[in-house]
Formats: sequence, C-alpha cells, structure tokens
Amino acid sequence: MRDTIIPIVAQRRAHDAGHHHDHDHDHDEIAAAPPKIALTRREFLRGTGVLVGTIAATSIFASLAPSRVWALEMQGLSTHQGEVLLQVTRQIYPHATLDDAVYALVVKDLDAKAKADPAVRQQLADGVAQLDAKAGSDWTKRGANDKAQDVAALAGTPFFSTVRSTAVVSLYSNSLAYEHFGYGASKGDGGYLYQGFNNLTWLPDPPAADSGPIPKDS
Amino acid sequence: MYTDNKVQFRHTDDHVVVIIGSGAGGGTLANELAQKGVDVVVLEAGAMHTQGDFATEEWSAFKQLSWLDNRTTSGNWRVAKDFPNLPAWICKTVGGTTVHWAGASLRIQPHEFKAKTTYGDVQDANLLDWPVTRAELDPYYDRAEKKMGVTRTNGNPGLPGNNNFKVMSAGATKLGYKECNTGHMAINSTVRDDRTHCFQRGFCFQGCRTGAKWSTLYTELPRAQATGRMELRPQSHVVKIEHDARGKATGVVYYDKDGKLQRQKARVVAVAGNAIETPRLLLNSHSSKFPDGLANGSGQVGRNYMRHTTGSVYGVFNDKVEMYKGTTMAGIIEDESVFDPKRGFAGGYHLETLSLGLPFYAAFLDPGSWGPNFAAAMDQYQYTAGMWIVGEDMPRESNRITLNTDVKDQYGLPVPNVHFDDHPNDEAMREHAYKQGSAVYEAAGAKATYLVPPYPSTHNLGTARMSAKASDGVCNSHGQTHEVANLFISDGSQFTTGAAENPTLTIVTLAIRQADYIAGQMKQRRV
Repeated sequence: MRDTIIPIVAQRRAHDAGHHHDHDHDHDEIAAAPPKIALTRREFLRGTGVLVGTIAATSIFASLAPSRVWALEMQGLSTHQGEVLLQVTRQIYPHATLDDAVYALVVKDLDAKAKADPAVRQQLADGVAQLDAKAGSDWTKRGANDKAQDVAALAGTPFFSTVRSTAVVSLYSNSLAYEHFGYGASKGDGGYLYQGFNNLTWLPDPPAADSGPIPKDS
Repeated sequence: MYTDNKVQFRHTDDHVVVIIGSGAGGGTLANELAQKGVDVVVLEAGAMHTQGDFATEEWSAFKQLSWLDNRTTSGNWRVAKDFPNLPAWICKTVGGTTVHWAGASLRIQPHEFKAKTTYGDVQDANLLDWPVTRAELDPYYDRAEKKMGVTRTNGNPGLPGNNNFKVMSAGATKLGYKECNTGHMAINSTVRDDRTHCFQRGFCFQGCRTGAKWSTLYTELPRAQATGRMELRPQSHVVKIEHDARGKATGVVYYDKDGKLQRQKARVVAVAGNAIETPRLLLNSHSSKFPDGLANGSGQVGRNYMRHTTGSVYGVFNDKVEMYKGTTMAGIIEDESVFDPKRGFAGGYHLETLSLGLPFYAAFLDPGSWGPNFAAAMDQYQYTAGMWIVGEDMPRESNRITLNTDVKDQYGLPVPNVHFDDHPNDEAMREHAYKQGSAVYEAAGAKATYLVPPYPSTHNLGTARMSAKASDGVCNSHGQTHEVANLFISDGSQFTTGAAENPTLTIVTLAIRQADYIAGQMKQRRV
C-alpha cells in the first residue's frame, strides 16, 4: 500500500507564547478553519495521532528545512496527548526561541516508547489525563504560569521522569538543536585544524612554549 | 593498518600465552611478547570497530564502543544515584579503552609510588607503597613514550592550543600558575609512526578517525598479528580461568561470537579486562582450592577500587569559545599535582581541558536537572569552556567490586557490583579543585561557572593491586599474582595507589616491563 501524503490545507498553531510577526495577519482566522485531511479507513487505523506545526519565518530553520510545515505521525499517542507532551517538554526544558519542531522530536521518541511498551503508553496517558483534569479538560489551554506550576508539581513522578529522561536525549541530539545551540557535530568530522580551532581573538595567544606548531602534512 | 590473523592456534594448544583484553595493557603485552617470538592468543570481549566505523554522534558512539553489560552500584557516590547501572564509561571493543581515551600521558611522580610513606597513615584509607619505584620504571616509561609518540618527549612538539586551551591558559597565567601547557599527549603532533598528525576534530572520545591518537587498535594489535605469533579473537568473552590441582592456571573458558562455550588452554594467563571485569573474573573463577576467588588468598581481589577524584568545571563567557573545536584534552595545569598538605588533603590533582558535545553536555552537566536555569546553561553552550579534575583518591578496602548474586548477566553469571564511598580526603581535594578551576575561569573573564559532579568512572584502578607482601595485595611488582605463578594482572587493576595522573601511560609501561619478565620466566621454565 503506497504511502499516503496527508494534505495539510490549513495550518494550526502548535505553540502559544513567543510568536511574533512584523506584519499583521489574522491567526484566529487561520486557526478557525479545520484542516481538511482526507483519510481512508485504512490510513486512519495506521496512526493514532498527528502533530503539525509551522516553523516561524524568522527561525534559523526556515531556510534549512525542506518545508516550513512539519507533521509528526504518531503510532502510540493521540493528537491531544502529543500536544500536551510537547507543551510539558517545553516546560521541562524551556527555550523560548527553540522551535516546536525540535520539541516534536521528543514527542516522536515518546511515541515510539509508547508504541513499544503498553506500560509506558498507559503511564503517558495517565499523566496527560492528570494534567487535563487540572484544566477542566484540555491542558493545552492553561495559562503559561499555571503550566509551569503544574509541571513543577509533577517533578519526581515516574511520568515526569519518563518525559524528562527522554527529552534530555532527544531534544539535544538532533541537527536542528545543533544549529540552534551552535554545536558543530558531524560537520567537524574533517577536523577544525583549518576551520577555526584556535580562532578566538578576545584573549591573548598562549606563550609559544605552552602551545605547539601547526603541523605540516608530510 | 588493520590485518588478519596470520596464525590460528588450536584450543588444545597449551603452550600459548592467553591474554584477556586488547587494550592498553592486553594489547601492549600481546605485541611485546609477539615481537619476542612468544605465541599469544588475545581474547577480546568486544567486537572489531575500525576507524571507518566510528561515529561522530555522541550517543551512537557511546552505544557502539562502551561496556554496557549490566553492572550494579552502591555507596554514597553520586554515580550510584544518577547512573545506577553505569559505574564506568569504558570500552568493549577491540583496542579496549584506548579507542575512546583522551590521550593524556603523564608519568606517575616518584613520591606517589611511596604514597603511604609520604602521606602517612590516613584514617580509613588503605594506603600502601608500590613494590616498585619510579626510578625502576623510568627505562620502561622511556620505551612507552617512544612507542606512543607522547608530545613534549623525544622531540615531539606540543599540540597547538585550541580555543578551550586559550581560555585555560589565560586564566591560569593571571592566577599565577606556572605549569600550564597543551600537555603530554599520545596524539601525533607531526606525521609519525605511519600515522597522520592530529586534525583537531575533537571526537577523541568517539574513536580517532585519523589514527593520530595512539590506540592499540591500529598499532600494537596489527603489529602483533603481522609477526605471525598473535591470534586475535574478538567477541570472545572469558567467563572463567581454570587451574589444576597444584593451583597452576591451565586455561580459560569463554563464549565465542556465536555464543558457544569454548575452552582455550594456556601456559600463561594474563588478565587485562579493566578494573571491574578483571576482579569479577577472578571472583567468578572461585573453586574449592580458591574459595574466595582465584588468587584471592589475601581477600584484596576487588578491593581498593579507585576512580580518581574527578568532577568538572565549566565557565561561561561573553564571547564564543566553541570548546568542541579541537583536541579534547590538549591542555593541562600541573601546579596542583604536588603533595602539599597545607591545602587540607593528601595527594595532588591536575586540571585538564575537557569538552563535551551538546548531547553529553545536556546529559552530564547536572544529571536529572531541568527548568529555566538548566535551559539557560544550555543556551550558553557556544560560550562555554570546560575542564576536568584528575586527582588522587584514597584506596579503601570497602570500596570494592563484589559479585552481585541477585543479578545475572547474559550468560547467567553474577554481575559485578561497584561500591564506592568518597573519602573525606577525596571530598576536600575536590572542593579545592572546584574552587581553583572556577578561579581560573573567573580570571579569564567568566560570568558564570558550573561545578559538575564526577561522571561514570573513566579511570578504574586498584582492584588487584601490587604489593610487596602477599597479604596486602594480589600481585607482585611484575603483576604476577602472589598465589598463581603463571597468572598475571596486566591492566590498571595492578595500581597500588591511584596517583594524580591519567593511568594509561603507566599501564603501557607496566605491560612492556611485564612482557620482558614473562619472556624471561618462560625461558627459564619458571612458568
């Protein structure tokens, strides 16, 4: 059965605060129109949820990613659960200018764990349900301060531990994160000998006797 | 550089020397013996990974190269809380821990070989003088430094300093330190030994792609194989050392790469499994003749486990450092390695540059931490410089490797438990080092410093220590066990005390000397 590409007709906002534009446009108008996603029955059963988002035009990823629109298909979590977990992760490791797309990579790994282990799936579902109960029904609608407090209150619980220990790996071990935080990663495979290994100029050079010569190749 | 075995020994061939482990100790011993015409079988638990296989991503490299067989921990050390099943970050791969080591190569100082005499009776510590002196080891240190191409020896220039070193050097100079340089490193600063010079990749911990860093993987092992005297068997995990009624070692039992149990007979057995697996193997080799473990009449097998007083300091600056660019550990301050009890502790320590990539910085900066302050530290990654403390920790009988009979490994054998409690001397030294390390970065202009607890141990020592008297240790000054004449300890387990220096150069040195001794003993038919 060939892969089905879900046509995203309208974009939903995947994050709340820190979303700025130079120009006016009406988010509410866009958010109001539900995405027109045609799913066959078989396609509907294949996944349990989907997260979607847009990389901000001002983001450094805007020029790097093949498309500013991203979608994450999930096999172990519902759309709502994915959205809550993304927001929880944003509270655990708050980087205001780090795009949702990178946090979605954490949800991707949580989803894989949920798919592989029913106990994890249940734990995550219960954790989401607990948070939803604080908000009435939908924790993603909570105010920012309340969100921070709710997550802090969960510190030390197994649910929190699962999310945090997954996030500390997934959030900081991907090429988007490397670009954002300024880590060369695999770009350094050829070596920095001619790529600025000693290029800082805001301190004096060490005495020659304490350092060593740039080597020749033969 | 890699080669195939040119010889295959029969399992029943009892004239071979069997070496367990292919790292700094085992790999060097194998080559030194093979060059002398001695037949050697090297049994390495890990698989073969070559320079082309190495990864640049920290987590996948970690999974590829590390010893991940289950271990348990206990004691008040923080590693037991944060990493209960990962007491050590060492290797399970051909080449052993020389594949991922940083290359720092310092000789242990004369007074450190006499730790007990020099420091006196430290309460609750099991200090002992080594049964060998620095002067006796110097000719072998010479040979090791030549073999490994250590910079600042034998005409090898120092490595050029990277940004991370520039920060350390500027701060050290301002603070008044006199001995700060790019270190004694077993990393080519020129093209030599059929290997290129360092290209400043900074993936030293993930395996050196270019081979500039010395590792037995692409030096000792293929050279030994090329003699036609050494057979290397990767994915061969030794589970027991056997002996006869007279208490002489007769061979080893191991699981091969297909999971089948094999027996290899031996004339001599040398154990170089690093300081957790080596005592575990001896303990698991207990018998009616050796009820407490093979060669464990003294009860010291597994005891006196040392891991160096470690910990890191990271400094955050207003300008970019990009510490990951360049040789990870080519930077050192040696001033504090002296014995100066006025500081409030016995022993000394070194401060060495260190860098972690983004993934490991997140995992190890403050294990378990989260929230805005942690995120702010991550945000400053590009502006961060790092250093690592290497100090002499106290041997304690209660810091030990024991068999955890409640937890079995993939072969049904008890896993090792690593118990460690910091000694007050360790804590005092660490506090001093944290203070001095922070002062270095502040002197260079740091706006913030982070103090980071010890990682899972990369230096593991002392668990089958050398001693003059059999009741005080496990082996003599040649690593020959007191109780079994043809059984040798060939890794860092031999260390009587930890000293303040990274251990690999001394492990290689002892292996060179041990090879001379074993060859001599074999010639005289003493083993």
